[in-house]
Amino acid sequence: MTGYKVLVVEDSPTMRQLIVFALKRIRGFQIVEANDGVDGLKKLSAEKFDLILTDINMPIMDGLKLVSMVRNDPNYKDTPIIVITTEGAIEDRERALALGANEYITKPIQTMKILETVKKLMSV
Amino acid sequence: MSNHDDEKDVAGRADEFLQVFKKGAEFTQDLLKENERLRFRVVQLEETLKEKGHEVVVESPDAIELQKKIEALEHEKQEILGQIKQVEEENQNFANRYIEIEEENNMLANLYIASYQLHSTLDFKEVLQIILEIVINLIGAEEFAILLLDEKTNRLEPVASEGVATSELPSIAVGEGIIGEAVNSGENYFIDSMEGYQRDFEKPIVCIPLKIKEHVIGVIAIYTLLTQKDEFTNVDYELFTLLAGHAATAVFSSRLYSDSERKLSTIQGFIDLLTK
Repeated sequence: MTGYKVLVVEDSPTMRQLIVFALKRIRGFQIVEANDGVDGLKKLSAEKFDLILTDINMPIMDGLKLVSMVRNDPNYKDTPIIVITTEGAIEDRERALALGANEYITKPIQTMKILETVKKLMSV
Repeated sequence: MSNHDDEKDVAGRADEFLQVFKKGAEFTQDLLKENERLRFRVVQLEETLKEKGHEVVVESPDAIELQKKIEALEHEKQEILGQIKQVEEENQNFANRYIEIEEENNMLANLYIASYQLHSTLDFKEVLQIILEIVINLIGAEEFAILLLDEKTNRLEPVASEGVATSELPSIAVGEGIIGEAVNSGENYFIDSMEGYQRDFEKPIVCIPLKIKEHVIGVIAIYTLLTQKDEFTNVDYELFTLLAGHAATAVFSSRLYSDSERKLSTIQGFIDLLTK
């Protein structure tokens, strides 16, 4: 059992389900879901997470703002963040990585790619 | 003969004998040297043969037995090497098969979730939203629309879209152009080549009829894909097939449910008026 806590921030329930379903294949991951950036921050302050996966385009607070705020929180300065988005432009990727994201994955969703990236970052 | 002559004769013979003896000794010396040289040469040749991998033929029974054992071991070694090669090839095949199964597994999981989500609600707007999410997130379309058939006018009317405003989209008569023809044929349409394609609301790159059995209730028309998506994969074709069936039933049942809910509410209003 790895016992890692993972937060999935995504406004689309279908997409959230797809990510959660994929992550459940890694044994021992405890997954918590959030609908947007604000919901994500609330959950991040309520308990400590070991990995964050977030979309960019979300209502109320987008993923980039969330990445930036998470990186400014001393509790999460080293926590791996994976951005999963439809935005495929190089400048979007660079911006997300400059704000502190560790990996940037573009949609359409590729389960294998997500699992490989998670395993690499978490060494599982 | 005098004594002096005899002595002279003996001395000459002795001298002659000494000469012969001396020559014999020299010849023997030469023979020994030649023998030594030849022995050295034999040793040299044996070493050269060993270095070049040639066996010095030894005819002793032990040597023959050892030779046979070496040959048997060589044969066994070749067989083991062959088996190792075969096992390595099998391993590679298993590894490739594992990746294929993983991909199929992921595809099935995606199809399961897409189908589960489509049938998770009877709210018409939610169903449309779920179809949009599936097309964006799983297929990777950027601009696309859902058009439903109005059986009274026999025209396809846009009801939801992504990347373009629904109000911008034209209604299309059944049988008219690629989209209208897809309703008649019930067949999926895929553009031959996307090279040089310019977005055209009447000429999509993909058109998927939404079918309940053979009855078409609408279409999904895709105009552009996300920049990082340059071609369709097998999963996409599976998804298109799933969408054609499951999205159609989800749209149809949710629309029926919404209509019946509306009618029920109207009837309930009348009943309330009559009973008050």
